[in-house]
Amino acid sequence: MRVEVNTELCQGHNRCYALAPELFDVDDYGTAVVIGDGTVPPELEEKANLAVANCPEYAISITDD
Amino acid sequence: MYGPVTDWATDLDHADPEYNERAHEIWDQLRDGGCPVAHSDRYGGMWAPLTHELVHEVAYDTEHFTSQGVVVSTGRPMAPPPMGPAPPITSDPPFHQFARRLLLPPFSPKQIAGWEPEVRRLCRDLLDRMGDIVPGETVVDAAVQYAQSIPVNVIARMLGFPTEDEEYFRECVHFFLETVNQPVEQREASGPGLAPYLDRQIEEHRAHPRDDLTSYLLEVEIDGNPLSHDHVRGSMVLLLIAGIDTTWSAIGSSIWHLAHHPDDLERLTSEPELMLFAVEEFLRAYAPVTMARLVKDDYDFHGCPMRADDWVLLPFPAANRDPAVFERASEFVIDRAENRHAAFGLGIHRCLGSNLARLELRVAIEEFVARFPRFESAGDTRWSIGQIRGPRQLPVRILA
Ligand code: HEM
Ligand code: SF4
Repeated sequence: MRVEVNTELCQGHNRCYALAPELFDVDDYGTAVVIGDGTVPPELEEKANLAVANCPEYAISITDD
Repeated sequence: MYGPVTDWATDLDHADPEYNERAHEIWDQLRDGGCPVAHSDRYGGMWAPLTHELVHEVAYDTEHFTSQGVVVSTGRPMAPPPMGPAPPITSDPPFHQFARRLLLPPFSPKQIAGWEPEVRRLCRDLLDRMGDIVPGETVVDAAVQYAQSIPVNVIARMLGFPTEDEEYFRECVHFFLETVNQPVEQREASGPGLAPYLDRQIEEHRAHPRDDLTSYLLEVEIDGNPLSHDHVRGSMVLLLIAGIDTTWSAIGSSIWHLAHHPDDLERLTSEPELMLFAVEEFLRAYAPVTMARLVKDDYDFHGCPMRADDWVLLPFPAANRDPAVFERASEFVIDRAENRHAAFGLGIHRCLGSNLARLELRVAIEEFVARFPRFESAGDTRWSIGQIRGPRQLPVRILA
């Protein structure tokens, strides 16, 4: 599983960073960036789904690989 | 002043005192009654989309709608686009992005986190000042003695303004947001004189620069040029107005909820880890902020014949209670895990202060329930008037 942030859609609500700081960071402008290449270890899959389900701008997506 | 509303679908007035008192009921009634867009001839023409889908659409559509005016009133904004009177909230693209970008760093999550000890100290101090509490007897006004003082003190410190002026700042907010249905001439004659006040602050900061937002605005540049005086002052107006009533309302509504739902209060005190979700659910269910837009040119919006210069209310709080997007939309679910609420807006104007607002809301509730693990409603709540919805009087009895 991998998470990705669409930076065009991200408006910096920072929900992902609050819910899954292991997977997301924010830059000085509050825009979200995935940590590393976005690979989600199995124990963080639930948190990844939580981040997706709480992004008001539908900016986070999950791909299976 | 307009008279009482005769029909919410065709004569909507958000400044009718009944509106905020019964808002949740009114939105449900209209939405369920097949009226996704309410209308009113008041304010020179006003529309109000009430579903999440339509609110989302207007918020994203900067081509047909301008942010030049975001607070509906009997007049129309005088400052021209693209900046408008209070950048970036009244600015349109592409200028909006410049005005917004320079304010983002001081409000980023990591910068804001540094304010937590100060916010906590402020909350404890307000609780201390309530004096001796006799459980079962003492009634405190959680809106007046607590919620209303938190955001105003924080933003005054951030801007580097004297905190002794807190009452004056609240007067300004009241004027800008709660007197919107008075005739323009009457409003102009009774303004609180915020512009000259801010000019004095600007002069004072030019003479003695320091580490605060006012000095920051005076030093920061767009493409190598300092900001115009109107830009600096407009952003100061915005920061002062945007952060006070909004967060005060969010804190007050959350305490209102807990005073009326002892089961949620009990869960919050026994399971503090719920706070992460509870804060978002308070924001969803009691979102305090409705914004507005002006229609640029005549436009057919899903069959609504909008005319140039009509107002469009953007009730994010109504979007947050739309059953098409939220399960159990009208219920407060303290541990709601999936919560894409729009309390801080949608699209390019997403609340710049959202990290600060969340911090203040969380700490304010944490400290209130830590000091008073049990309390109940002790009389009538008085709700605000206009686009920002929250309790202005909130008597609660402290219990043993
Ligand atoms: C719970 C409290 C708050 C709520 C619910 C809230 C809500 C909102 C909403 C809905 C918008 C979008 C405006 C639009 O679409 O036209 C907004 C914008 C804004 N808010 Fe807040 N706000 C809160 C607290 C604050 C605080 C504490 C500050 C900072 C001092 C602040 C500063 C701003 C600014 C500067 C904008 C304009 C952003 C832009 O236009 O790019 N807000 N807020
Ligand atoms: S929750 Fe969505 S909009 Fe907010 S920072 Fe994360 S990706 Fe961006």
